Amino acid sequence: MNIHEFQARELFAEFGVATQPGKVAHSPEEAEKVALGLSGDRLVIKAQIHAGGRGKGTFKSGFKGGVHLCNTPTEAKDLASKMLGQILVTHQTGPDGKEVGKIFVGEAVDIARELYFAILIDRATSVPVVIASTEGGVDIETVAEKSPERILRVPVNPFLGLMPYQTRIIASSLGLTGPLMNQASKLFFNLYRLFTERDCSMVEVNPLVVTNDGHVLALDAKFNFDDNALYRQPSIVAMRDVTEEDQREVEASKHGLNYIGLDGNIACLVNGAGLAMATMDIIQHAGGSPANFLDVGGGATREQVASAFRIILADKSVKGILVNIFGGIMDCDVIAHGIVEAAKETGLAIPLVVRLEGNNVEAGKKTLAESGLKLEGAENILDAARRIVAAVNVNA
Amino acid sequence: MSILVTPDTRVLIQGITGSFGARHARLSLDYGTKVVAGVTPGKGGQLFENQVPIFDTVDQAVRETGATVSAVFVPPPFAADAILEGVDAGLDLVVAITEGIPVIDMMRVKEAMKSSKTRLIGPNCPGLVTPGTGEKSHGGCRIGIAPGYIHKKGSVGVVSRSGTLTYEAVWQLTTRGYGQSTCVGIGGDPINGTSHLDVLKMFNEDPETEAIIMIGEIGGSAEEEAAAWAAQHCKKPIAGFIAGSTAPEGRRMGHAGAIVSGGQGTAEGKIAAFRAAGIEIAETPSDMADALIRRIKR
Repeated sequence: MNIHEFQARELFAEFGVATQPGKVAHSPEEAEKVALGLSGDRLVIKAQIHAGGRGKGTFKSGFKGGVHLCNTPTEAKDLASKMLGQILVTHQTGPDGKEVGKIFVGEAVDIARELYFAILIDRATSVPVVIASTEGGVDIETVAEKSPERILRVPVNPFLGLMPYQTRIIASSLGLTGPLMNQASKLFFNLYRLFTERDCSMVEVNPLVVTNDGHVLALDAKFNFDDNALYRQPSIVAMRDVTEEDQREVEASKHGLNYIGLDGNIACLVNGAGLAMATMDIIQHAGGSPANFLDVGGGATREQVASAFRIILADKSVKGILVNIFGGIMDCDVIAHGIVEAAKETGLAIPLVVRLEGNNVEAGKKTLAESGLKLEGAENILDAARRIVAAVNVNA
Repeated sequence: MSILVTPDTRVLIQGITGSFGARHARLSLDYGTKVVAGVTPGKGGQLFENQVPIFDTVDQAVRETGATVSAVFVPPPFAADAILEGVDAGLDLVVAITEGIPVIDMMRVKEAMKSSKTRLIGPNCPGLVTPGTGEKSHGGCRIGIAPGYIHKKGSVGVVSRSGTLTYEAVWQLTTRGYGQSTCVGIGGDPINGTSHLDVLKMFNEDPETEAIIMIGEIGGSAEEEAAAWAAQHCKKPIAGFIAGSTAPEGRRMGHAGAIVSGGQGTAEGKIAAFRAAGIEIAETPSDMADALIRRIKR
């Protein structure tokens, strides 16, 4: 799960992580009010959408940039009116862009240095690792490639947590000395506390800045939360903004289905995550293009299969469906009935290829054959993929 | 021999009275597996299906039945505790089937297990099967949720993150007349107890295992590590398959661990690592058993 920038700042405030003062606003009037409550002579106004690249983005209205600086609350109000309710297109939103419903109004800071600080869970060692670099404000992967010596990695014992001495080592390696060391040390310590207490899988502060007036601040942050832990993080769940998510994925999750939309035109419906990935791959291998990832799980019911069909068919670019089920414990005949029901209910008008294997497969195949539906069976996954690709190409 | 478990292994099931645990306990009993105990706190003294004694604690179950291996079917909020209870009771092996355990919990479990003799498989895994000699491999040791009947006793070892891809490989082997020594699902989470490499080493040492199928997917670098080791040390032919070459970067593909991020953990990189290690690549999931047969005959 992802959150907005202003929500990240709220979390910072809760855990004592120093950041620039500011607040979210939903209307131009509110933006002006927030600005009046801030001190300093420069303000920053930032569109709140989940996608990156906001500063370089363009609104469909023609207004350029999702991040602006200004000097007075009146200017803040004016900028807010040009952003709110408008659609912002960035390199991460795709051509459709995202409607801006909220903006962040904050005190602009004069930056002396830009640094990088992140905490994530290292799979290879199964412990949290702090990653820090003097190269802030740029893509860390580029730094890792070009100058790996500028990246410090500090593993953390999960029972001890990030120790104060470790925060000093990190601060020192970033060249933060004197009063800056104490500020940075406290910021790192509190950020680690936030990381574990809110079940994050990654927190990336980029940039972490030193201001001209001698403050260390977390200026921008990206959070990823562990979906498995959301059951015990109600305050994080409350930050979820479903308007930022793919509506098909939101709908699928309501039915206990794991769906991810892609750009192709052959939909697939599969049991098991590994097999679902492999099915996408084999569609491409056969010369087609997968429209989605969809795992109906090991114990899919008829209702789930029917919902899966509805979600697949809501995508207008879908020109064919491949169902790939290995029914180990699941009864293939139950699945076959689910497919038939769903196909009839949705008035299926595009090619459907079904590959069934496993428990009670003969009965399942018979059910499909006698259904009166226009569908093709297949001997194995490769055969199934070739058939659906051929059927879609004929119709194209 | 086989690895990790044999048909004589005495198995206990944590969470045996939940619907998921009960269903698979029943299937394991039907398969002929020695399920000797169940554990559900508060239900000690009862019997499961009129035959398997239920205990309040794993410690009691171990002392009274001699169980050495546990399958964990406990819901995610309680699963870390259940795993550590098995470790504390001195089990040889804990197999965590549970999907959805918070990653911070698993991190602590792994740290706490560092000085223990117990091996953990999973979580979020289908478990493992050592096929038996009976009809449709009956009489084997089935721990977890895999369909038992698709197996056949033999000499191919299978290791995979994914359940259904394991079943595909096993079924392809069985229908071509190639049996399996042991099939291990290590699970789809980013932090797991046993890696591809751990299982590969066991297969390499197991006299009964003559060839290996290794199935991986995008995310992390466990497949690359296993391949690098295999190139130097593995005496047995290996075929491999990697799922996820069409997965978009930055998206989790069902499994919590199946994600390409920052250009790391791609299918392309893993396939290249397999090739470099002399592992025969299955081009598609339909080709897994045939790839192994090609490799054996090479």
